[in-house]
Amino acid sequence: MRNWRVRLAPTWAKASIPVYSIVLAFAVAAIVVIVSSVFTETGFSPLLPFAAYASLFAGAFGSGTSIGNALVSAAPLMFGGLAVGLGLKAGLFNIGVAGQFLVGAFAAAVTGASLATAPTIVGMPLAILVGATAGAAYGFIPGYLKARTGAHEVVTTIMLNNAAVLLLTWTVNDLARAPGFSFPRTGETGQSALPILLGRNLHLGIVFAVVAIFVIRWILDRTTLGFEIRTVGANPSAARYAGMRPVFITALTMTVSGLLAGLAGAIQMLGVIGFYAPGITASVGFDSIAVALLGRSDPIGILFAALLFGAFRAGAPLMQIETSVPIEVIDIIQALVILFLAADLIVRKVFRVRAPKVEITEMATVTGSWGGASGGSSGAGAPR
Amino acid sequence: MDILALPRLTWEFLVYLFLVMPDLLPIILSLATPLALGALCGVLGERSGVVNIGIEGIMLMAAFFGYLTGFAFHEPLGSGVALALGIAASIATGAVLGLLHAWLTVTVRADQIIAGTMMNIAAFGVTGYLNRLIITPSGRGGAGVITPFHLPDQLASLPLVGPILAMFLDQGPIAMSVIVLVLVSQFALFRTRWGLRTRAVGEHPKAADTVGIDVFRQRYMNVIMGCAFAGLAGAYLTLESTGSFQNGMTGGRGFIALAAVIFGRWTPLGSFLGALLFGTATAFGIIVNVRPAEGDLGALMKTIPTFWYAALPYLITVVILAGVVGRSTPPAADGIPYAKEGKG
Repeated sequence: MRNWRVRLAPTWAKASIPVYSIVLAFAVAAIVVIVSSVFTETGFSPLLPFAAYASLFAGAFGSGTSIGNALVSAAPLMFGGLAVGLGLKAGLFNIGVAGQFLVGAFAAAVTGASLATAPTIVGMPLAILVGATAGAAYGFIPGYLKARTGAHEVVTTIMLNNAAVLLLTWTVNDLARAPGFSFPRTGETGQSALPILLGRNLHLGIVFAVVAIFVIRWILDRTTLGFEIRTVGANPSAARYAGMRPVFITALTMTVSGLLAGLAGAIQMLGVIGFYAPGITASVGFDSIAVALLGRSDPIGILFAALLFGAFRAGAPLMQIETSVPIEVIDIIQALVILFLAADLIVRKVFRVRAPKVEITEMATVTGSWGGASGGSSGAGAPR
Repeated sequence: MDILALPRLTWEFLVYLFLVMPDLLPIILSLATPLALGALCGVLGERSGVVNIGIEGIMLMAAFFGYLTGFAFHEPLGSGVALALGIAASIATGAVLGLLHAWLTVTVRADQIIAGTMMNIAAFGVTGYLNRLIITPSGRGGAGVITPFHLPDQLASLPLVGPILAMFLDQGPIAMSVIVLVLVSQFALFRTRWGLRTRAVGEHPKAADTVGIDVFRQRYMNVIMGCAFAGLAGAYLTLESTGSFQNGMTGGRGFIALAAVIFGRWTPLGSFLGALLFGTATAFGIIVNVRPAEGDLGALMKTIPTFWYAALPYLITVVILAGVVGRSTPPAADGIPYAKEGKG
């Protein structure tokens, strides 16, 4: 018993703040639910959060189907969380996951539809590959601009998110509209769809997502590239002196980040949505940020964080139906989790945590690159 | 395609621009208003060393609470009073969120980008949550919109001068106040003691501290004031422009405002020009649909789909950031938390 405690101590030191943050976020959100319960049909009820959280968990874990739903919702979050987390490791904040996700989803939908009658073994991998490539290309743009000109990726990726929505709407309306439907959409993916492994909807994508977690973990921990990414993130000047290429690494990291976000879109498209139509929205964008921050940019942490938020997303509709607590409470909980992670001082005070301050260099460096003020990873002034 | 096609089309384009000018000018300022106010928020914060990417969220939250206040009070108190209360509520919302951002970034020294992201997600969640709970089920409307000032027709119909006057005066009070706020901020930032202190704190907080300027107080003050402006931008969206609230209605304006800040090299006047530029891009996208050009030019412009015109402001933002940012210098201590010696 004691042995286990000693062994788990380092893990707990890393995980304690995130775990406490979640607990605290649920507590504060409960207060929000209680206060706002005056506006529900049933009127003020201090017990509403318990009912709401009970339905939330029932919706996420109550039956085999709901567990399947939770896993299906978690799969794109794993990819998205990895996309954001990998960026953070290199000191880049990719808020463009939403746009890269849509681009990837669209590319996968079009490819899948055109190969709808080809054997799955051909159509599915090709559709995923095209989706991933499209996401990578869309991630390359802000990465290249950041590396070459110093344009901050936070603003450029958000702009590209908005542009993606508009340009994809146009594409579906005018270029890629499938005939025979009453509204603009792409065709059926048919044979290219991801095969269902188990139950009603547990598709192959979840396996890919878990594999991706371990691949990225391997790259970050065991390869020179991973070392360079982490060094550029921690200290771009030092990386430059050591002969690394911050400009190249910045562009490459954003490209890979976009690739992961594109994969998220591709598997969601081929496993769940089935066709691209204007107006499909991706909560995956913001969720991925929360997942990456909660997982502290560590692939294994991201795995658990994605499972958690996937469960929330899967359980929320039941909560809204049964207790009329709006699903947006999940966004509130997410924001609170990030708040408590960013200001871990609060968590430490409330729970009297004495664990040593875990290194959050990946968080601390994000703002540093705003204007190249702290030497920044912008690379704008780098010798070429 | 004859060799004269390009100059001829360019000429036709200029003529077209001239013809639509009277329609174009008034909407430019109304489209630029939330951007300009958001940019003021960015300038005030960043000049004192605090980056705020949560402008988008603060705008959204203020837009909602301003609308909610108008929604709650317009039946008992009449829409005039309700709108005034709504604007006050929006500004107060902005200031309170500014206090939160200042506390997170100055006192707790949390990462400023992450604090801002938190603000954006929180705003999306809180407004969506309350909208679904309170406004949607009621089926009632809000307090409407502030009646804009209308320029006398004799003035508006003057050639050349008329449209320009209309641009600034055929507007609601918030849009008109923007020009005053921008000019006052520009003056205050570069000609007053407060401005000097702000810039000192943003460039070299340690030196400022040494000569007795309270770095924390200055940053708190600036962030709160700036966020009150962002709150006013929110009020503009729901109470002066549309008269309704939709989830996520800020539509990236807070981020375009950030680009305007960089474009304007961290000055109120410059960022206002940036906001006008984005306003022009958006207005152009609207006008080409409402009053399409004729002849060859019209045929050419029709080949460009509407969605490209709509995406224009976003694409321009990216291009401008890439083109301008490398050549403009942010305040030296922008985004870096300050720790007093011995407390670090």
